[in-house]
This record gives sequence, structure tokens and C-alpha cells, in this order.
Amino acid sequence: MKVIYVLWLREVKRYLRSRVQIIASLGNPILYLLVLGFGLGPVFRRAGNGDYLQFVAPGIIGMSILFTSIFSGIGLLWDRQFGFLKEMLVAPVSRMQIMVGRTLGGSTVAVFQGLLITVICLLAGFRPTHWIAIPYAIGFMVLIAINFAALGVAIGSGLQDMQGFQLIMNFLVMPIYFLSGALFPLTDTKSVLKYITRADPLSYGIDGMRNVLGSPNHAFDPRIDVLVLCVVGFVFLIFGAYRFSKIEA
Amino acid sequence: MIRVTNLVKKFDKLTAVDDVTFNVEAGEIFAFLGPNGAGKTTTIKMLTTLLHPTSGSIELDGLNPQTHQHEARQRFGIVFQDPSLDGELTAWENLQIHAVLYHVPGKVARQRAEELLKLFELWERRNDQVKKFSGGMKRRLEIARGFLHTPRILFLDEPTLGLDPQSRNQLWTHVKRVNEAENVTVFLTTHYMDEADRVAHRIGVIDHGKLVTQGTPAEIKEQTGTTTLEDAFLKLTGSTIREESASSADQMRQFAKMWSGGKK
Repeated sequence: MKVIYVLWLREVKRYLRSRVQIIASLGNPILYLLVLGFGLGPVFRRAGNGDYLQFVAPGIIGMSILFTSIFSGIGLLWDRQFGFLKEMLVAPVSRMQIMVGRTLGGSTVAVFQGLLITVICLLAGFRPTHWIAIPYAIGFMVLIAINFAALGVAIGSGLQDMQGFQLIMNFLVMPIYFLSGALFPLTDTKSVLKYITRADPLSYGIDGMRNVLGSPNHAFDPRIDVLVLCVVGFVFLIFGAYRFSKIEA
Repeated sequence: MIRVTNLVKKFDKLTAVDDVTFNVEAGEIFAFLGPNGAGKTTTIKMLTTLLHPTSGSIELDGLNPQTHQHEARQRFGIVFQDPSLDGELTAWENLQIHAVLYHVPGKVARQRAEELLKLFELWERRNDQVKKFSGGMKRRLEIARGFLHTPRILFLDEPTLGLDPQSRNQLWTHVKRVNEAENVTVFLTTHYMDEADRVAHRIGVIDHGKLVTQGTPAEIKEQTGTTTLEDAFLKLTGSTIREESASSADQMRQFAKMWSGGKK
């Protein structure tokens, strides 16, 4: 337990110390929020879908959690050669403990990041229907973070070089984001897109937040959202732990 | 302390380590020398449980590292060729995490960390982030960390790579001091022959995966009829340059150099 705790603490300390990085990582979500929120707002309203800012805010929160958590896992690539990971891999502790500590640390950092974005959304004018909904929304943030931190570990364990990183970014992370319904409603997607968006776990995380925060156009039952996130998260954790155990230092 | 018998490691068609046998006694400083790609790092990886041998046996302090992985790991410390400190954390925090990973109780860990930081002349800088340290200081901290859980054996894989003569000299003085004070066995690799000559009690030379010779520096020089270890080494391993194709690790090393402004 102590091992998991120190490794978790390490991730959190690293995050809190890299202030520049925190600020830099806020840029992208703010851009999306302002450009899409205010740019597309009038069109969205005219189409009869309600207030776009109310709609897109959970999507932007989900996006920042997705990126932060998945990158914490992909960072293994770097860490393995020039970082602390090697030190952990030769220590007399099980790989499982290391993986769990790291995944929890990465998830915690991602949830922090999500909360920061939540504050920014509130400043920009986003209003949940009930303030009581915030803890439930945080619950969904935690689920999203664990899902993708575990997936990140699974991917990072196998990456060999920087080119691989670009590949993952363009063919996995960006599609997960754009196909999640973060930016458009999933309620009336048609044909193939409908199935693809429903195969994306992030869809359920963001939809869950929309559900509890009272945003317009949520697509599924919140219980379905929780169920899918838990099942997929469990699978990703097993997959990540398996891949991590196969790393050759 | 280290007993290696008929050790073989094959990667697909390449035989990286070919029937190597040697012993290192307790308290000895043993230098493992060889040109690039001779099989030094592969041997260290097998000794430190990171790779499984194809055949042959290894014994560390009487333990088989394959069947008793955790027990064996508890008994050795290792300093890798590439840095493995956490730059965002302070020197002190790096040591404390190591202590937890190696199950050193808190009080002992604090005491021992203080002792080692003082010995390695890093005590005043203990609360600074490691990324602000010079290359030599980082190396010293890594070695201090390797000694933290009072290992029986310390492995050093090219620890002085890229350091200036002053830092190298100082580093070996410290290593020797702990070696004598705590009777720790030291197994090292290096490309600097003068270092091996000065520090090591015994030397093994490996080339193309085979152990070419072993003995004290004096014995090896006598054997080859040369006056310096460098000449002896060249005589034993030839003067052709070993071309190594750049692995992904090398490419990343290049990248890391670029990002850290050339200093490692």
C-alpha cells in the first residue's frame, strides 16, 4: 500500500510543481470553449438545440481529462529510457503495484485538470441546473480519468519511439475526442456515425456529465453511462496491467 | 558474491553473450570491459533480473535471480547508463521514494539518506529539484541512492560517461570509500581504461559476447606484454571500430540531448 501511495504522491507533486505546464494545458480547452461556445452558439440555438455553452462545457471538461490522463500513460515511453520508471522496474515490488500507483496518480492529476476547466466554464457563463450535481459530475470525471489513464498505460507500455506517439495521437486520441459527442449532440446522429460514437467510451463519460449537470441533448440513461464506464474501465485496467507487466527495461 | 556459469543470451540469430563464466568475490571491485556491443549491458541486465538468460546460471549472494527475483533485487543496487532520477523531485524525495520501494523503514531511511548525502557532498542541496543539478551531481545522487538500502552488490553501468575528470575522480573516491567501509561488492563497466586500472581489483574483458580474459590489471598487462591497460585492451580486442546500428534508445538519447541543451 505504501508503495502505491508514494507513487501516487509523486505524480501529484510533479503536477503541482509544473505550473507553466498547467497554464499551457489550459490554453487548448479555453480556445475550444470560447471559439466553439461563442462562435457556434447562435447557429446551435437557431437549430433549436438550446444553449451551446451549456451543451459544450461538459465536452470540454471531458476533453481535458482525456488528454491529461492518456498522456500520463503515454509518458511511459520517455520515462522508461530517461526517467524514474527504470528505477521502479528493478525495485523489489510487483509491477502491479507500480501500475496501480501510476494510474491512480495520473487519474488524480487529470481530475484536478478537469476541475480547473470546470471553474473556467463557470466563469464563462456555464450554469449547472443544481449545484448538488457537482459531486456527481466529479464522479464521472474520476471514471473518465481512470479509463483513459489505464488505456494510456496499455499504449505507453508498447511504444518504442516518438513516431509511434504521433500515430497514437492522430489515430486514437483525436478520434476518441471528436467521436465522443463532446462537440455535437449524439441524439440525432445517423447511420455509421451512430455506431462509432456509441463505441467510444468517452461518449458515456461526457453524456453522464451532461445528464447530472442538466445540459441539453444528453443521449443515454445515466445508469447506462455509469455501467459502460465501469465495465470498460475494468477491461482497460486489466489490459494496462497486462501490457505493463510485459515491459522489458 | 556473483557466480556466473556458462551464461548465454541469444536474440533471434545474434548471440549477445556467449558462454561466459566468472566469479566476483565479496568486497571486490570488478570491472567489466569491452568495446561497444560486446555484451556488457546485456550481461548486467541479466545479472539484475531485467533479462532472462537463454541458458547458463547466475548466483547473486547465493540466490538465483530468476527464481528469487524480489530477494535478489533487495540485495543489489544499480546505476543505469541513462539517468533514472526524477528531475521534478528534490534529491531528498528521490531517496525517500527509493527507500519505500526497497522496504527500508522510515527512520533508518532518513538516517542513511543523511549519511550518504553528506558523504557524496550533496547534503546542502538536498531540497533542490534534481533537474537543477549538474551531470556529476546527478550521478553522485544516483550512486548514493544505489547504496541507500545497504545492498551487498552495486552495479554501475558506465557511470562516468560524459563527466569531466574532476567529477570522475571524485565519484570513484566515494565509491571506493563505501566499498571499503561496508564491504560492498562493486560490478562496473566503463570505457575509460585508466579508471578501471586505478579502481578495479579485478577485470574481465568481453568481446563478441565471449570473455577474452580475466585477472588483476597487473596480470592482464603482463599477459599481453603491455605497459598500460589501454594497450592491453586494444591488443585483446583489436583496433577495428564496432559499428552499431542506432537502436530506438539511441535515437531517443539524441533527442534527450537536444532537449536538455547538450548536457546530460
